[in-house]
Amino acid sequence: MSHTLSTLAYLVASVLFILALRGLSHPSTSRRGNLMGMVGMGIAILATLATPGMRPGGIALIIAGLAIGGGIGAVIANRIQMTALPQLVAAFHSLVGMAAVFVAAAALLAPQSFGIGVPGAIHRQSLLEMSLGLAIGAVTFSGSVIAFAKLAGRMSGAPILFRGQHMLNAALGVLLLLLVAGFVWSGSPALFLLIAILSFALGFLLIIPIGGADMPVVVSMLNSYSGWAAAGIGFTIGNLLLIVTGALVGASGAILSYIMCKGMNRSILNVLLGGFGAEAGGAAAAGGAAQPARPVKSGSPEDAAYIMRNAGKIIIVPGYGMAVAQAQQVVREMADLLKKEGATVEYAIHPVAGRMPGHMNVLLAEANVPYDEVHELEEINPEFAEADVAYVIGANDVTNPAAKTDKSSAIYGMPILDVERAKTVFFVKRGMSSGYAGVENELFFRDNTMMLFGDAKKVTQQIVQALQK
Amino acid sequence: MNAEELAFRAQEMAERALALALEARAAAVEAVPVIEHGAAAAEPFLLLLTIFLLACFVGYHVVWSVTPALHSPLMGVTNAISSVIVVGAMLATGLGDSWLAQAFGFLAVTLAAVNIFGGFLVTRRMLAMFQRKG
Repeated sequence: MSHTLSTLAYLVASVLFILALRGLSHPSTSRRGNLMGMVGMGIAILATLATPGMRPGGIALIIAGLAIGGGIGAVIANRIQMTALPQLVAAFHSLVGMAAVFVAAAALLAPQSFGIGVPGAIHRQSLLEMSLGLAIGAVTFSGSVIAFAKLAGRMSGAPILFRGQHMLNAALGVLLLLLVAGFVWSGSPALFLLIAILSFALGFLLIIPIGGADMPVVVSMLNSYSGWAAAGIGFTIGNLLLIVTGALVGASGAILSYIMCKGMNRSILNVLLGGFGAEAGGAAAAGGAAQPARPVKSGSPEDAAYIMRNAGKIIIVPGYGMAVAQAQQVVREMADLLKKEGATVEYAIHPVAGRMPGHMNVLLAEANVPYDEVHELEEINPEFAEADVAYVIGANDVTNPAAKTDKSSAIYGMPILDVERAKTVFFVKRGMSSGYAGVENELFFRDNTMMLFGDAKKVTQQIVQALQK
Repeated sequence: MNAEELAFRAQEMAERALALALEARAAAVEAVPVIEHGAAAAEPFLLLLTIFLLACFVGYHVVWSVTPALHSPLMGVTNAISSVIVVGAMLATGLGDSWLAQAFGFLAVTLAAVNIFGGFLVTRRMLAMFQRKG
């Protein structure tokens, strides 16, 4: 395939990728969009296979790699549980990062494959682009591995903090820049290796101080990094498709990070510096010990069923706890029974509910909840005042009215769901513990709140049984 | 609004669209020599940088139009397409004349392939759930 023809094929693939993202503007066009993405990828792979000068042995290796990797990927994609989606995405990001590292290494060893020089005499500019692709790829890899471990529960989700942490990271960052400068000047493979090692360490150190509930931001950010890594490699090897796609993915991840940060009223820097909740938790615990316990109203699932049976409008507020308890299916059963009783049932999703952007929407979709019953914060907030019942299951901080009034609160200014405006609030929870931010929820002590203590799934199941009677 | 008025408005809009299209064509014709001249003079790097920045803008606008309900599938799709890095990996494997470069290329092809198939298929599974109505 001639150069012009392959460039044209890459252009077509780029457009198809843009259309794939465009398709996600509505559920009805999304599947076609995904299909376009697949076609685009197919075109890109075929065009690359047809590059003049490909050796038969190399082509055999490529096909073997595609078959092995593709097989593994297909099996994982079909077996994974939807609740495990966040860690799966983190794991996938790490693979892109590592692939970028490998391609950078291959470009250093065999630069003539990409027309950027000969071994030992690679163009300066290509060395710079190569080291950027390498460093971002390596940070993406090790950062994603840590994010994966935290999300999958392989390591504690608690922030890991030590003295001088930020100084150490800053020092490593400066050292990394010096190494990159040295590498661009000398092209030395030893410096290449050092950059790789240092970047792996940096990715690891950057993510360990960030707590579990901040993972939506981390996952989005690593998504963005994987795009920038691809773009860096694209610049190195002068490939238009890699550059365009890398920019698309990089922009996408950056926007998602921004949306997540806005959902918590925190700056990206505040999230990245980490340690959120650790200090506030200590303070709240100390303060809580001094104060006498405040009274809360608690009720049984039967009480809740009785009130809900007579309700006209019910809004369900799911959070990460629903995912942990795998309660989405039984929540939908409850909603079905209530609808049979003549109530309208809707769902309210906070932007940072769950462990990745859109996590709750996928879980509810999996439980067959129609997507037009599921609403975003701005859309649903005015409706709480008309609701008879708000059913909060597995969410906490995102419902705390203190975010609106208490300037001293760690979550002050965070947009919250106005559940307290509903006539009755049911709060399903194991105990009285604070949420991730380490702040006690004001909502527990309101007159219109009834706590339903217990496991999210069991409590909801008992309500379902009571409704069936 | 009655039918006549609607038809009139439609005609008006069509005329405006036509005028805009003509203008765009004229602009494009004028731009061709400029681009040809620029491409010859500018370094390939600047050209790539231009493409990169324009793609960033496209990405920015397209991603803001994605409905928040589909943010998880968005991550799935972007994950899958970022594996387009497989192109670089394939070139390294197929064209590389050092066995080590080929080995790195092969590993990268394999990792990227996990992501391509995994990313697109898991997105397809997610999106299929959004199609079913309860």
